Amino acid sequence: MTRSTIELIATEQDQRIARYAAAAIALGVAEAAIPSPLPGIKPGLANIVTLVVLARHGWREAAWVTGLRVLAGSLLLGQFLAPGFFLSLAGALASLAALAACVRLPSRWFGPVSMSVIAAFAHVGGQLVLARLWLVPHDAVFLLSPLFATAALLFGVVNGLAAARFLEGDAAGEVRHPS
Amino acid sequence: MTRAQAGAPRDAGKRTGLRAWLPLLRPGDWLTVGSAAAGVALLWLALGSSGPAQRAQIRAGGRLVAELPLTIRKTVEVAGPLGLTRIEVETGRARVASDPGPRQYCVRQGWLDRPNAIAICAPNEVSLTLAGTSVHDTVNY
Repeated sequence: MTRSTIELIATEQDQRIARYAAAAIALGVAEAAIPSPLPGIKPGLANIVTLVVLARHGWREAAWVTGLRVLAGSLLLGQFLAPGFFLSLAGALASLAALAACVRLPSRWFGPVSMSVIAAFAHVGGQLVLARLWLVPHDAVFLLSPLFATAALLFGVVNGLAAARFLEGDAAGEVRHPS
Repeated sequence: MTRAQAGAPRDAGKRTGLRAWLPLLRPGDWLTVGSAAAGVALLWLALGSSGPAQRAQIRAGGRLVAELPLTIRKTVEVAGPLGLTRIEVETGRARVASDPGPRQYCVRQGWLDRPNAIAICAPNEVSLTLAGTSVHDTVNY
């Protein structure tokens, strides 16, 4: 067999992103097995990984991990290019945009919980806007917004606390990697 | 469940119970969570607690042509540029039963039962709106 002339060199950063993305995908797939009273309301545990990456390595890597998670997660669940995929993409893009603004907040005052809650609301907002524009061309979708906002608040706080707990050891200067 | 005792060493692994999570919240986080909770409460007040729908208002070409209480079963036919739109009113709900429009959005919406719900048959210029218990309505004016 001839050796490929194209050689892709995976940097340490690439490998780190892949490890985080794998963890996020695993959480996303596991979560899909949890029954939900309302389609679309789920804890979003994979976002814990996004928050941890955001705090440790910055927004760019968090965006990579989230993008890979949405893409690969939808492939694994057979949702790729289905409405659920676009809803999850819209939510991810909206929350990444919100996080891009949030990282400018002073970190002494605003921790992972703030990031998580703000991103959760942006996520729900992005999804509702896409649903209104595309899936349900009627304002009735907004009648669901109190329900979605309540879920965003609850799971935003829970995920943010989980991420904060994960990041507790980092203050000592030690950066851990998932293995 | 054991609670962390006052003055216990703040080791991550040793604190248990709900109290263990509180130090993870920074001052601004309380602000974020508080304003988010206030926003959620306002959303519920604004959208969640409107009373039952009371009347069905039917408009053709922007003009109110019929206003029916949602207490009597009735079928109304309204003429528009494309033909007749048939609207059915029942107790507590109303729908566009048939419409000559090409895309049938207003028909596919099915039964409307919430105040301010609206089905618009744009091609035939007919709309069906449900009104709740507001003080000001067309009768008052």
